[in-house]
Amino acid sequence: MLDRTEDLLRIENLSKSFSISAGLFAKPLQLRALQDINFTVKRGETLGIVGESGCGKSTLGRCILQLLTPDEGRVLWLGQDISKLPAEEMRKKRRDLQIIFQDPLASLNPRMTVGEIIADPLRTLMPEIDARGRRERVLKTMEAVGLLPEMINRYPHEFSGGQAQRIGIARALISEPKLIVCDEPVSALDVSIQAQILNLLSDLKDQFGLTLIFISHNLSVVRHVSDRILVLYLGRVVELADGDDIYGDPRHPYTRALLTAVPIPDPKRARQRTIDGLVGEIPSPINQPSGCTFRTRCRYAQLRCAEVRPPLENLPGERLVACIRWQELDLKPGA
Amino acid sequence: MAGITGKDAALTAYADALAAQAPKGRSLTQDALRRLFNNKAALLSIFVLTAIVLFAYIGPYLLPWAYDKIDWAGIRKPPDWAKGHYFGTDQNGRDMLARTLQGTQMSLLVAAVATGVSVVIGIIYGAIAGYFGGRIDAVMMRFVDIMYALPYILFVIILVVIFGRSPVLLFVGIGCLEWLTMARIVRGQTLSIKQREFIEAAKAGGARPFTIIFRHIVPNLTGPVVIYATLTIPEIIITESFLSYLGLGVQEPQTSLGTLISFGAPVAEALPWMLYTPAAILVTMLLCFSYLGDGLRDALDPKDR
Repeated sequence: MLDRTEDLLRIENLSKSFSISAGLFAKPLQLRALQDINFTVKRGETLGIVGESGCGKSTLGRCILQLLTPDEGRVLWLGQDISKLPAEEMRKKRRDLQIIFQDPLASLNPRMTVGEIIADPLRTLMPEIDARGRRERVLKTMEAVGLLPEMINRYPHEFSGGQAQRIGIARALISEPKLIVCDEPVSALDVSIQAQILNLLSDLKDQFGLTLIFISHNLSVVRHVSDRILVLYLGRVVELADGDDIYGDPRHPYTRALLTAVPIPDPKRARQRTIDGLVGEIPSPINQPSGCTFRTRCRYAQLRCAEVRPPLENLPGERLVACIRWQELDLKPGA
Repeated sequence: MAGITGKDAALTAYADALAAQAPKGRSLTQDALRRLFNNKAALLSIFVLTAIVLFAYIGPYLLPWAYDKIDWAGIRKPPDWAKGHYFGTDQNGRDMLARTLQGTQMSLLVAAVATGVSVVIGIIYGAIAGYFGGRIDAVMMRFVDIMYALPYILFVIILVVIFGRSPVLLFVGIGCLEWLTMARIVRGQTLSIKQREFIEAAKAGGARPFTIIFRHIVPNLTGPVVIYATLTIPEIIITESFLSYLGLGVQEPQTSLGTLISFGAPVAEALPWMLYTPAAILVTMLLCFSYLGDGLRDALDPKDR
């Protein structure tokens, strides 16, 4: 049985900005993609990360895997900070940390066969395995993700989106990782295929004892797979809680706004719902509002929201929320 | 449970059998070749080029006259089938057909050598500059800009001094100058390919930078590289003709298409056969290469996929 209390991954004060050239002689602009992110991922759980486009979800995923180097903060993998490891050391850790991409076809090299694509991580991560052993493992992994063995010599352009995503999953699985970051793995797929891929992911999670970080903008999808959910807004954590708490009892106005934006498949119930969706556009991450970054779009905003940046407060039941008014507001759905 | 019924074993055997006879997928290259062969102009060009190459290398063994043999009885003579001068003789009494075939050989050889050298250098240089980016890229590409700015003919004269009378080595040298455009094309392609997700996937899979360049980026450069190479071959043939015209290229008694044309051009009115034979072959080859390049561009065009 997995020890579900052990911290597999711990993110401390993580920040990442990108420089944007503003012209030849101007000072480059700083796009603050992630600011002061703190959270932990326990062994065997699925952490959902939700937020609008451009809120830093994918940047966070890539910072965890060291595909992007964070500017500040630490990424502790089993207690060891991997954000400052030399390249060769980090390469050894990559066996344990893998990623599944959003666009299944773009993530497969069009000039390689399926077998070569899936075996690719093995060549670098486990050079001790010979060609024969690699082929065996490739076939085993293909079976696990529901690909027929006869597809091994085919090329990516001969596959549909759902099958291509299975190839991407097989590539992530072959090194037997402990943690997989799923970066919007179903957003590019048909709804019917989405369900298949989600079920496959949860089966694989049980079968291989995986820990998943599931990034998505689709709340229904995240709810289906996640134990805990982290809500990001403009590169900051606004709320972190168990899935049921987030959906049944949101404490941050932004979380509530996201929930009310989820489409309801029943028109009668949909008509009864009070809409308090978001107004306006997400502010520019280059020039962020003072105080609470959400105040420009928040229907509960007061003057003091512009003055202080709300700290991430610990609530009972291991949940975190960043809103100075969380005690006053009743944000339960339907309220 | 599965073990009791034996179903598992049977299924495993079946799966292994399926895997063993897994059908070969159609690679992008095979797809492109199929499209290329559907293009009639390109297909015809391939046939004509193959015929010219074969004839240039086999033909001399079938002719009664060698390219450097002088027929003292037939100087400046028009085509004469009885004597075996099917395309006439030049001012020195050498058989025009034999000389043209030898010239074609030489032109093809230098074109292939120079193009090969420029493709290899251009791919490696451009892919490294494009992949690493930043300061490395800036320094490497400024060097290319400087090379562009220097006069080409100056380099060629220096190379002639260094390599003297060896035309093949001379064209290895020319290949070392021709790679500049190739490097720019490859760098541009690399910049766009390295943004694709499969490169990120390779990084997540622990691939080292040079593995990514040679295993993931270079194979995806096939299209532009092949197209540019087919267009470089005629360019080198013309460069060779130009250099030979200046007396810097191939040395007598060896010859090339450019040399033959430069000798034939001034006497075109009196001895037209001296111009027509090499000119016809050169024009045919250039046309074929450009049709082939066009066909390849259509076949390899990513938008068509």
